[in-house]
Amino acid sequence: MSGARLDLDGVGKHFRGLRAVHDVSFTVPAGAIHALIGPNGAGKTTIFNMIAGVFAPDSGAVQLDGRTISGLRPDRICDAGVGRTFQLVKPFKGLSVLENVTVGALHRKAHLAEAREAATAILSGLGLHDRRHQLAESLTLPDRKRLEVARALATEPKLLLLDEVMAGLRPTEVDVMVAFLRELNQRTGLTILLIEHVMRAVMALAAEVVVVSYGEKIAQGTPQEISRHQAVLDVYLGEQEAS
Amino acid sequence: MTSDFLLNLAQAITKGLLTGMVYGLMALGLSVIFGVMRIVNFAHGEMMVVGMYLAWMGFEYLQVSPLLCLPVIALIFFGAGYVLQRGLISPFIGRPEHQQFLLLLAVAILLVNASLAIAGPDSRGVQMESQFESYELGPLVFDAVRLQAALAAVAIALLLWLFFTRTRTGKSIRAAADNNLAAQVVGLDVRRLYAVTFGIGAACVGAAGALMITIIPVTPFLAVEYTLLAFVIVIVGGLGSMTGALLGGLLIGVSEAVAGLLLQPSLKSMFSFGLLILVLLLRPQGLMGKGPQ
Amino acid sequence: MSFVRRLVGDAPPRILLSLGVLLALLLAAPALVGKYWLSVLILMLYFAYVGQAWNILMGFAGQLSLGHALYAGLGGYIAAGLYFHYGIGPWAGLFAGVAVAAIAGSIVGYLGFRFSLAGVYFALLTIAFSEFTRVAFDHWQWAGGSGGLFLKVEAATDIVNLRGGSVLFYYLILALSVGAFLLCRALLESRLGRYWLAIREDAEAAQAVGVPVLRCKMIAIIISAALTALAGVWNAFYYNNLFPETAFSMGRSIEITLAPIIGGLGTLFGPIVGAVVLTGLGEAFTDLGEVLHIPGIKQIFYGLALLVIVMYRPAGVWPWLARKLGLEEGQS
Repeated sequence: MSGARLDLDGVGKHFRGLRAVHDVSFTVPAGAIHALIGPNGAGKTTIFNMIAGVFAPDSGAVQLDGRTISGLRPDRICDAGVGRTFQLVKPFKGLSVLENVTVGALHRKAHLAEAREAATAILSGLGLHDRRHQLAESLTLPDRKRLEVARALATEPKLLLLDEVMAGLRPTEVDVMVAFLRELNQRTGLTILLIEHVMRAVMALAAEVVVVSYGEKIAQGTPQEISRHQAVLDVYLGEQEAS
Repeated sequence: MTSDFLLNLAQAITKGLLTGMVYGLMALGLSVIFGVMRIVNFAHGEMMVVGMYLAWMGFEYLQVSPLLCLPVIALIFFGAGYVLQRGLISPFIGRPEHQQFLLLLAVAILLVNASLAIAGPDSRGVQMESQFESYELGPLVFDAVRLQAALAAVAIALLLWLFFTRTRTGKSIRAAADNNLAAQVVGLDVRRLYAVTFGIGAACVGAAGALMITIIPVTPFLAVEYTLLAFVIVIVGGLGSMTGALLGGLLIGVSEAVAGLLLQPSLKSMFSFGLLILVLLLRPQGLMGKGPQ
Repeated sequence: MSFVRRLVGDAPPRILLSLGVLLALLLAAPALVGKYWLSVLILMLYFAYVGQAWNILMGFAGQLSLGHALYAGLGGYIAAGLYFHYGIGPWAGLFAGVAVAAIAGSIVGYLGFRFSLAGVYFALLTIAFSEFTRVAFDHWQWAGGSGGLFLKVEAATDIVNLRGGSVLFYYLILALSVGAFLLCRALLESRLGRYWLAIREDAEAAQAVGVPVLRCKMIAIIISAALTALAGVWNAFYYNNLFPETAFSMGRSIEITLAPIIGGLGTLFGPIVGAVVLTGLGEAFTDLGEVLHIPGIKQIFYGLALLVIVMYRPAGVWPWLARKLGLEEGQS
């Protein structure tokens, strides 16, 4: 795996008159970890959905390593090397943990046996190996989140989109996930874009942060710069004295 | 186009509109049940047939006209529906469709074969003087029975509308249909509301049956046809929309009558199914409904 | 050899042994049981076969079809019609029947899947197509119209033209059932099968990991339709008559779904167990009905049985049975 470069250029989307995302542009260089933050309803998941192909942008384009992927179906975008997790995890409940990840692995490995092997290896990396024959339905939330990441990784992506993967995790679990992602990124050069509310993770992982509010990009910079940026503080804290 | 033909066409349309109102009432029951609980009642036609049988029995053994039996039948159906929902169907809400389908299929089999066991396979009809009467409005002739049935159906639909918009229970049901969780949060007893809803849906079907027996005789084998008819109407009109069910009923009633006139009568259901396919593809929410989940 | 190994996979030896014994018994059945019980076995195998065909679309790919009689009817009518009018033998005619059914399946599938019809709406679409075809065949004279199509019954057994008695058709339906079983097993252990299960569980998540959802669903419905068509051909040449009223009826569509739903959707053994249960219940209730002399009592018991099963074993009889027998979840 190595990482791909992601470019968003003037991307916009409206839903029956409601302007969800407007003229958002940013770049995530190959091999970097960036974060996308903003208040609830700001349009972050809509941006993810446009990158992942759930729907096409109404304006602007999304490019992966220079190739336009906006408008493609989600499975073609996965072909192109994008893996994603969902904000509300979507495991294949009736299948085992191993079978879940195997479905992802089948994207690159034609044979079931090879796919299962690859899946097993990924599960080990995420600490799910001993639960691999359990039904996904019976997993706890943190394990389901790990499963979701494992399944996306099994497709051998060059860009990984993580939608609030830390939500609901305890601080120690957050640290474990952060360590895993950092190690993954350093070892393979996988590009990662996270939507996050858990600032601990954002500070620890992201080289750069994009802030959106009401569908528009209002700031971009390092985590330190963003935490002092007036517009960002206004949006999170309301228009009051910065604390 | 001769004026004869136009007259026949107008006559067919009129007949279709009147019968269509009764179809609409039948479909209304299905629409209410699905709209609120997302339960697809595959036993709908069977319930209709039982309603027809009850009305026939009332006429045959008690010499009471179906129109007078109607309130009693509706009440019986309401009670039975309430109990059925509360006792049997309730755990199946939200379960996969094929399980609901199997459950209601089992109910349908029981209903239709109970009818068969009690009343036998021969067709049972009601003979009333009003079946020979008719009213004239200019060149058009209205069958008295169809007119009475249609008016009764309209009256019932109106009562329902008042119930859902003016009474507390009715409004609570609509709230629960809109947002189940929120309804529970504000303290509505959703299980009881669902049972009431199913009862109302069943009462509609029972009433429609009582009206339909004045128009045509009943056999157990009508059931499947009515289930399918109810679905066609409800999809065309819009699942979950009351006005949609009535409009759909009128539309199907008219198209059946016109198709019967222009084509061979046996092709009329082909027309209905063709319409269903078109609606499913082009506008699955029907004329007036909310979109598919 | 590796194909066989793939089929066998990691199945426990006692399962293979039981299956082997079962197969041996079934092969020897015509010599072991009388005419009546042979016809019961034939019915059982028919439901097992057609249930497996339906299970591919519903149990594996998760799409509820309540109009599967369409494919059985088309298969039967085309093959029987070609034989009746042009003397084309069923072994050739079945290709035409299967082809027509596959085309019908792809139309229904394309319209349904492309227009994102799911659940109830898709089921209603399948019903509409089946009913539409029923009425169409009522008026199609080449197929005999509503009066029906009748094949000449010959005394001598003729495998080429599928003329013959119960024994011939017993072995045919046995071969079809075994073939379907092996096919389902092979499919489940393939990438396509895994993709189907993923689609059944969560189509959106499946698409996010690269599963080509539309293509997989289309393949499912085409395979299911083609297999069901073969059942129609078998049916036509066994009973020697076809009527649109029954061949394309909702009743037939429903009976196709019962064995897999009762036995256990999406499992390998579900449709087979379901077929055994259904036929067994049917026989028991027929006997009971004869004793009790009430019209429709058999169906009433039948309905009650279905009610009990869906209330207490909603996932089907097989998963419960498998647990009782100590089988692992994976092998279902």
